[in-house]
Amino acid sequence: MTLGLLLIGVPAAAGLAGLLIRHRGLARVLAIAGPAAALLLAACCAVANPRFALTLADFGSIQVDLALDLSGTATAVALASAFVTLLVQVYSAAYLRDDPRYAPFAAQVNLFCAAMLLVVAADDLVFLLIGWEVMGACSYLLIAHYAKLPEAPGAAAKAFLVTRFGDVAFVLGVMVLGAAAGSFRVEAAAAAPEGAAAAGMLLILFGCIGKSAQFPLQIWLPPAMAGPTPVSALIHAATMVAAGAYVLTRLAPVWPEPLLLVVALVAAVTMVGAGLCALAARDLKGVLAWSTVSQVGFMFAAVAVSAGDAALFHLVSHAAFKGLLFLTAGVIIAVAGTNGSLLTTRLRPGDAPLAFAAMTIGLAAMAGLPPLGGFYSKEAVLGAAYEAGSPAGVVVFWAGVGASILTAAYSARLWLLLFWRGAPEREERAAVPGAESFSLWALMIATVAVGAVYYAGPFDVPELHLDLMALLLLVTVGGFAVIADAWWRRRRATGIDRDPAGVLGRTRPAFAEGLYAERMAGKATRALARGASAAARELDERLVDRTVVEGSARATLVAAEDTATGHRGGLVRYLRLSAAGTLLVAVAAIGVSLWS
Amino acid sequence: MLVLAVAAPLFGAVLVWAWRERAAAHWVGVGAAAAALVAVALLPIGRGNGNWMTYGASLEGGWWHQVDFTWAPSLHLDFAIAVDGISWPLALLTALLGLLCCLHNALGAERHTSGSLQVGAANVATGGPSLAAGKTVGVPGKPSPMLTVLLLAVQFASTLVFFADNLILFFIAFEAVLLPMWAMIRRYGDPAARRHAAAKFALFTVAGSLLMATGLFVAVADIGTADLGAIIVAGGVSPGLSLLVFALLAIGFAVKAPLWPLHSWLPDAHTAAPTVGSVLLAGVLLKLGTYGLIRVAGGLAPQGAADAAPVLAVLAALGILVAGLVCLSLPELKRLIAYSSVGHMGFVVLAFATGTEAGVNAALFGNLAHGLITPLLFFLVGALKARTHTGLLGSLGGLRLAAPMLAGVLGFAALASLGLPGLAGFWGEAFTVYAAAERGGAWFALAAAAAFGAFLAAAYLLRMLRRVSHGPVAPATKGIGDVSTVELVVWAPLVAGTLLLGLVPGPLLDLFGEGLL
Repeated sequence: MTLGLLLIGVPAAAGLAGLLIRHRGLARVLAIAGPAAALLLAACCAVANPRFALTLADFGSIQVDLALDLSGTATAVALASAFVTLLVQVYSAAYLRDDPRYAPFAAQVNLFCAAMLLVVAADDLVFLLIGWEVMGACSYLLIAHYAKLPEAPGAAAKAFLVTRFGDVAFVLGVMVLGAAAGSFRVEAAAAAPEGAAAAGMLLILFGCIGKSAQFPLQIWLPPAMAGPTPVSALIHAATMVAAGAYVLTRLAPVWPEPLLLVVALVAAVTMVGAGLCALAARDLKGVLAWSTVSQVGFMFAAVAVSAGDAALFHLVSHAAFKGLLFLTAGVIIAVAGTNGSLLTTRLRPGDAPLAFAAMTIGLAAMAGLPPLGGFYSKEAVLGAAYEAGSPAGVVVFWAGVGASILTAAYSARLWLLLFWRGAPEREERAAVPGAESFSLWALMIATVAVGAVYYAGPFDVPELHLDLMALLLLVTVGGFAVIADAWWRRRRATGIDRDPAGVLGRTRPAFAEGLYAERMAGKATRALARGASAAARELDERLVDRTVVEGSARATLVAAEDTATGHRGGLVRYLRLSAAGTLLVAVAAIGVSLWS
Repeated sequence: MLVLAVAAPLFGAVLVWAWRERAAAHWVGVGAAAAALVAVALLPIGRGNGNWMTYGASLEGGWWHQVDFTWAPSLHLDFAIAVDGISWPLALLTALLGLLCCLHNALGAERHTSGSLQVGAANVATGGPSLAAGKTVGVPGKPSPMLTVLLLAVQFASTLVFFADNLILFFIAFEAVLLPMWAMIRRYGDPAARRHAAAKFALFTVAGSLLMATGLFVAVADIGTADLGAIIVAGGVSPGLSLLVFALLAIGFAVKAPLWPLHSWLPDAHTAAPTVGSVLLAGVLLKLGTYGLIRVAGGLAPQGAADAAPVLAVLAALGILVAGLVCLSLPELKRLIAYSSVGHMGFVVLAFATGTEAGVNAALFGNLAHGLITPLLFFLVGALKARTHTGLLGSLGGLRLAAPMLAGVLGFAALASLGLPGLAGFWGEAFTVYAAAERGGAWFALAAAAAFGAFLAAAYLLRMLRRVSHGPVAPATKGIGDVSTVELVVWAPLVAGTLLLGLVPGPLLDLFGEGLL
């Protein structure tokens, strides 16, 4: 029990303490000690597999438990999260060496890690919600880190609000499930009646779509690149974005079978759409951002065919190679001295051999080349879809095959554009700090080694199918071939004109902008918010306040004036009035006495 | 202890008033408030076991402590005060906020403020119109001790409301809160708006109180006793009168709470009031309304409460949505926080209206959480306005660069206010949604409205942060000082309380569980 509490408590305490200190050296120690301790504790949990529940809040008819359940699969994800966070912290210590706001940054990263570990370990849906939303808030703080970057605050607010919009549904879903089952525990939720389970899970799915940046709430992820590169690595690799897929696997027993088709459709649209956007994207981090959306789509696809373990396997292997890719991207941008646009960012392999090797391995893993981790996990997902034999299985299998072609294509394109376009514009080379190299090495080893989890891991994934393996390799080679062909044809062009994304033809600008979804959604929301707010103020301030409330006060004053005027007449007027009054009273009295 | 908790602020008020010319007057106030806080904090010692039962006509057990003096039996008026798990946290909150406000005055936390707060002491406790506005007496840089007198008076009357076990005493105390609050806004408020705001506040609440008084008298006449605890245990008024009594009481309390559409005094009063006034207004006065609604109205007329619940719930949900939408485009900081209170109190009323056990617990919890978070926000906004001399979102910006600590605490308070799980605001609001979803049917729409309201809260608070904290440094924020030690001392208990209630909500809910409803 202590182990489980410490797993979340230590990084959380390190984060909260870090918010209070200003001293740089101390901040660095806390920054690295937090996730290091979490990694150690997660390793212990992998052996002990703690499982317990305490009462956190008793609302009478229902209670919230501080319930943790660190099964083998959960600890695997916890290990991945803590590992990536640790390397991100090591990397950032060097990456943000000149940043005056390093201390709060490192503290927020630790809080973020604690929140993710809470989500991974929680066995109570409301308790899980704490980690879920604290993660959103930390992402807001981290994306807004650069105070001088004009687009950062907007991007941060967008990330928080879009995920929070999904959370409206998530909270409702949790409450519906809780009300129907009488408990927020996951195993109790599985016993909820069919109707409530369906409604609750659809609502929760919407929340997970928001968190995982799946269609149609993918709009927050690309602008989130405004944060520092290590933050992108953190958000994309093992935390936030993966959390949506993780929660869905956790709740897999609650899903009514027919509704899985909805998940399948979301996954299919996202995998393919985001793959196309990644192929067209114009900057290095943009390609990686869209690739994350597409890869998380694979995890959703595995959920859609009830293969939670395959999804988690892909989550873990994705954590390794995506963390590697983002951290390498930071190094490449620093070495090339650009802003990350593919127009200008280029290096020769010899300029930064470590970055070249890391990028090559990361991209190969993403494209699914054996024997790297990405190959096994993608194979597991597609194998599960292949075996499922349900409509959802058919949808995600073919979408997955298409997305695999696209993955190979955008990986190859990025590799060619980065390393094979000749010498960079700037001649001097920034040295890669030791801490950054250490993180790259560690993640490279993890990316290569994570395939071993397939043979000796906690995940229960389908056997390797030889025919499927052949298909997957063929598809990957096909994707490479398309890009190589386009690259070869344009060999005489120079600079960005050689971009093989030209295969998309006239649709390319649209995909590069994410099909304008972000811009349109932004415009529509702003217009809607402005209109609704104006209407509400009209109702509240004009009608309720000024007309009814102050109007009644004015009316009282006017009536008082009138009454007062009535009492300010001359003697004659009073006489007349009293005579009329007497007459009236007399008539009334006579009338009453006659009537009775 | 119980008597001391009530009497300490009263004696403090009288003493400060008597010694208002002396330099130490502020510290007398602080001492009195501290004594009250200690007295309230010690109340759980030797408390009962929460078993409510009646023997004959009298109530045995249940109250932690009970004090009863006969005062005017022909009017059913006794000086009867008692405390249990529902009133104690609110009284503790009142005492804490009272102490913090007194400290805020005594330490002169808003030393750099523009004239209005330094308006000197005059010779009368209440009423003296703006004659005094010209002269500046008292310790320079510190607000007048009279403000502390008024603060303590509000604290005394509010504590009495929470502890009152006699309906007539409850009513008297409820009215007694009004006068010092009115005087505080009227004399120490923002010169441009204070007359209007104070008059509106007083008239609005007096009108509500009259209806409430009618309701109370109807109930007392029907039952024949004014002992609150006994009435609640006996099940309230007779069924025929239940709806009438509840409606009268609910309208009265809804003005104070405030429930949409009876809220329009609140933004004006908050905007005009001095910082400590806003803090007490949000942290204590609004709680009187919800406490009355839950304890008195719900307790006297449970049948009527159940009948009127749909109306109450729909108004509360509308209030949440309208307040959220209005906040999206308000240009002024203080007014924005004030309107957000309308939304938060909407959650409390909605949770109460569901009538379920979880709902009532959520209402009580949300009530208390709001009493920690919104005062913190008002302190922060007060500090910001004292530094920049403006509350307009358009002319602020870059606080994160100019005063990183202040921006950090503001960010924390905003996150707490938007109901971030792990902080105090979450439990009340999330379980409001739960309670409404639990009722099912049409209530589910209200649950959805409440959940969407929480999203709107995130939207307007992030908009506020973006305008205030982010972006380039605006001319108004250039060169302002960061958080001073004094301010940290005043804010720290609120920050700590918000964190504590957010992480460990259990004990408080257990207290509610054994309270009398």
